[in-house]
Amino acid sequence: MAKLNVNGRQFDVDVDPETPLLWVLREQIGLTGTKYGCGIAQCGACTVHVNGEAQRSCALPISALEETDEIVTIEGLSPDSSHPVQRAWLELDVPQCGYCQSGQIMAAAALLASTPEPTDEDIDAAMTNICRCGTYQRIRAAIHLAADYANKNAG
Amino acid sequence: MSERHRISRRGFIVGSAAAAGGLALGFHVPFAAAQTASSTTSEGAEVNVWVLIQPNDDVVIRIARSEMGQGTLTGLAQLVAEELECDWSKVKTEYPTPGQNLARKRVWGDMSTGGSRGIRQSQEYVRKGGAAARMMLIQAAANAWSVPASECVVEKGVITHKPSGRTTTYGKVAAAAAQLEPPAEVPLKDPKDWKIAGKPMKRLDTAEKLNGKLVYAIDVKLPGMLNAAIKDCPHFGGKLKSYDEAAIKNMPGVRHVLKIGETGVAVVADTWWQAKTALDALPIEWDEGPNADVSSETIAELLKEGLDSNEGVFVGNQAGDVKAALEKAAKKVEAVYGTPFLNHACMEPMNCTAKWTPDRCEVWVASQNGEASLAACSEAAGLPPEKCEVYKHHLGGGFGRRGFQDYVTKAVLAAKQIPGVPIKMIWSREEDMLHGRFRPITQAKLVGALDENGDLTGLHFRISGQSILAAVRPAGMQDGMDPLHFQGLHASADSPFGQFGYTIPNLLIDHAMRNTHVPPGFWRGVNHNQNAIYLECFMDELAHAAGKDPLEFRRKLMGNHPKHLAVLNAAAEKAGWGTPPPEGVYRGICQHMGFGSYCAAVAEVSLKPDGKIKVNRLVIAVDCGIAVNPDQIAAQVEGSVVYGLGAAFFQENTVEKGRMVQENFDTFESLLIEHMPKVETVLVPSGGFWGGIGEPTIAVAAPAVLNAIFAATGKRIRTLPLKHHGLV
Repeated sequence: MAKLNVNGRQFDVDVDPETPLLWVLREQIGLTGTKYGCGIAQCGACTVHVNGEAQRSCALPISALEETDEIVTIEGLSPDSSHPVQRAWLELDVPQCGYCQSGQIMAAAALLASTPEPTDEDIDAAMTNICRCGTYQRIRAAIHLAADYANKNAG
Repeated sequence: MSERHRISRRGFIVGSAAAAGGLALGFHVPFAAAQTASSTTSEGAEVNVWVLIQPNDDVVIRIARSEMGQGTLTGLAQLVAEELECDWSKVKTEYPTPGQNLARKRVWGDMSTGGSRGIRQSQEYVRKGGAAARMMLIQAAANAWSVPASECVVEKGVITHKPSGRTTTYGKVAAAAAQLEPPAEVPLKDPKDWKIAGKPMKRLDTAEKLNGKLVYAIDVKLPGMLNAAIKDCPHFGGKLKSYDEAAIKNMPGVRHVLKIGETGVAVVADTWWQAKTALDALPIEWDEGPNADVSSETIAELLKEGLDSNEGVFVGNQAGDVKAALEKAAKKVEAVYGTPFLNHACMEPMNCTAKWTPDRCEVWVASQNGEASLAACSEAAGLPPEKCEVYKHHLGGGFGRRGFQDYVTKAVLAAKQIPGVPIKMIWSREEDMLHGRFRPITQAKLVGALDENGDLTGLHFRISGQSILAAVRPAGMQDGMDPLHFQGLHASADSPFGQFGYTIPNLLIDHAMRNTHVPPGFWRGVNHNQNAIYLECFMDELAHAAGKDPLEFRRKLMGNHPKHLAVLNAAAEKAGWGTPPPEGVYRGICQHMGFGSYCAAVAEVSLKPDGKIKVNRLVIAVDCGIAVNPDQIAAQVEGSVVYGLGAAFFQENTVEKGRMVQENFDTFESLLIEHMPKVETVLVPSGGFWGGIGEPTIAVAAPAVLNAIFAATGKRIRTLPLKHHGLV
C-alpha cells in the first residue's frame, strides 16, 4: 500500500509500485485531468507538479515517490481556475482541442514559479510539451500575460 | 438484415466517406418543426431542433458537428444566436446523438465533420433554425398579449411590445412558442448587420479545458467498466497467428484475453495500465501476410516509375499542347519532388468505450462522424442501428483520423465478447502510430517551358502516388480518376476540390495512380498539402530560372484569378515584399486555394550560427468569403502553421517489412514552441461565399518556408522532411 499526497489530500493506493503516477492518478484516484499522450515522457500531456517542479507522470513510477512528496495536478492548481496561468489562458482563448492543455498549464505554472518574468528564450527552454493543434503562439503570449497578472498581484 | 437496415447503413457509409473527403453532399436539410418529445438531454422547451429554451432564459443550441479544437461549436452557435437574437451570455450547447438523429429522420442533417465543412455546409439551415425560433417566440408573446407580432421587437432574448412597452422573455414564452407551426418563409440577416456572428467571440468550450473537468472519451468511467489494451497485426494485410494466453493470465488485474477479428488481440483488465502491461508481456506471433517484402525503398521505386509512365495515368487539368510548348521552349526547367506518409498523431490516442447486450449496443467516443460511428457500432454489434447509440465527446484532436471508425469497431468487437460489461479500449501511442490512416505518399515531376522573355508558356505537372479515394471511397472516383488527388489544381471555379490559380497556355496536370498497401486517409489539408509544395516551390524555381521576382512572375499568370491574386497581394503587402528584409532575413512566397478559401503566405527565415534555419515570421492572408469568428480564424491559421511545418521539419512514416517503423513521438517529432514563428493572420474576407478555415492555410505554410530557405541558402529542398537536409 503506497501513500500519496495529491492536491493536499492523502491517498492510500494498492497497486504495483512500478505503476506510473499518471495511471494511479487517472485510474485509482479518479483525477482524469492529467492526460496520457505517449507514455515515454515525450509529449508532456501528463505533466504534474512534484514538490513544485514539473514532472512527466507517465514515466514516473510511484515507487520513486515519498509519502511527503507534494503532488499537484491540474485539478489542484487552484480551486476555481483563478491561477494566473488559467486566467491568462482564458483571456487569450488558448486551447483548441484542449487535450494537451492540462500539461501545458502545469508546465507554465512551474516555469512562472521559478522564473516570474520569463523571456521568450526561457519559455522555449521550459515549454517542451507537444500541442498538435498548434496553440504555441497563444501559449507564449499567455505566459507573458500570466506573469503580468502574477506580478501585479504580488505588487 | 432488414431492408431498412441495409439502406440506412449505405447512407451512413456514403455520408462518412464524403465527409472526411470534403465532398459536397447533395441533400438539403431544412430546419425542422418541433416534436412533442424532447429527445436530447437538456430540459426545457424545444422551439425547434436547433433551439431549446429553459425557464431561466438559458438557451441551449444544438450542435450536430463535432468539436475537435477547430472552433466549429462556437461558430455554429454564433450563427444560430445571431438570428435568434438571444443573449449570448446565456448560450449553452449540446450534441444531439446520432441515434436521435436517426430516430428523427436526420433532422440535424449531416453530423460528419471534415473537409473544413462544419460551418460552410450547415450555415444556412442552422441560421434558419435560429431565425424561425425567433419568429415563433415573438409570435407566442404577441398571442399572449393579443397584439400583432409586427408590433413586437426582441433584443437579447427580451421581447417588447413597442406601443405598450410591455416586455417578456424567451424563457417565459418558449413553451407556447414550441406549440406553434414554424413559419413558411424565414428571411435571414445580411452578414453586414451581424452583432454576434462575424465577431471575435470567446470560445464556449474553454473553461473546462483549463481545470481538467472536460470529460474526453478517454476519461469515460462507467459502473462495472473494464479496460482493454489492443495490439493489431502491425504488418498491413497480415493476421494474428497465435498468442500464449497462459503466459499472462495470472498477471495482476487480467480478466480476459480476446481475439479481435482476424488480426488483433486485446487484454481486458481492471485498469488500463494492467491491461497494457499484460499485453506487452503476451507472446504473440503474427502472420506477416502478403506485404512483408514491401519497404519504403520498394514504394519509392513504384512511384518513381510513375513519373514517366503512360500506364494508369489520369488527367486532372489540361490546356493547349504542352508537348509542343516544351519542344519550343527557350529554357526548360525540370524538377522531381517527394513527400512521405504521415500519421495524424492526435494528442488523444484512439479510444472508445462500448457496452454490448443482445438487445442494445452503446459507444462513448470522440468521432468526426457520429453517424459513421453508429454504423460501425451497428455492424460490429450485429444489431440494427436503431438498437445502437453513440455518445459523442469532444475530440482530443481529429485532423481527419477520427472520420475513420476502426477504433469503434474494435472496441465493440471486444465488448461483444463480454456482454453487459462496459469496455474502455484505449490504443497505446504505439498502436495509434502503427495503425493510422496515413497521408498518402507521392512524388511529382514538373517540367516548365520558358520563352525568350522568361514567361511561362507550358507546364507539365505529373504526380505519382497513392489515391485516397481508390482505397476509401471508390464511389467517388470518376472513370478511374481520383478528383481529390488534384486538390487545388482543378480548372473550374466550381470544383469542390479547389481551383488552380494560374492561366498557363499549355498545361497538363496528371496523376499516375500508384497505390500501396498502406491504408491512406484524409490528413488535415489532405492532398492540398503536397500539391501546393510541388507547384509553389516549382513556381519559385521557374521564377528564378527566368530571372524574375517570384511575386511578379506569379502575378503575370493570375489575371484571370482575381481572388487568388488579391490574397497574394494582401500577404505580400503585409509582409513588405519588395522592401529589403532585415539583415540576414530571407523571404519566400506562395499561394494556394482549397476548401473554398483563398490563401497566400510570405515566410521570413534566417540561418542560425550552426547552419540550421529559424522561421521568424509567417504572414498568411486568407479570403474565406464570410468570416464567422475572426479570432478563431486566426487560431486556425496559427495552428495550421504548426501542423504544416511540423510535417515539413520532422515527420515521416517509413515502411519496413510491410509495417510502419515510427511508433512514438521520439521518432515522429512534432513542432515545439521553440520552432514557432510569429504568425500574422491577414483576414481579407471578400463576402458572398462561405469558405472553410480549418484546413486551407496549411497548404501555404511549408512552400513559403521552403522558398525562403532557397533564398537564404541557395539550396532547393525537394524532399521532406527537412531533418534529412541538416536544416532543422
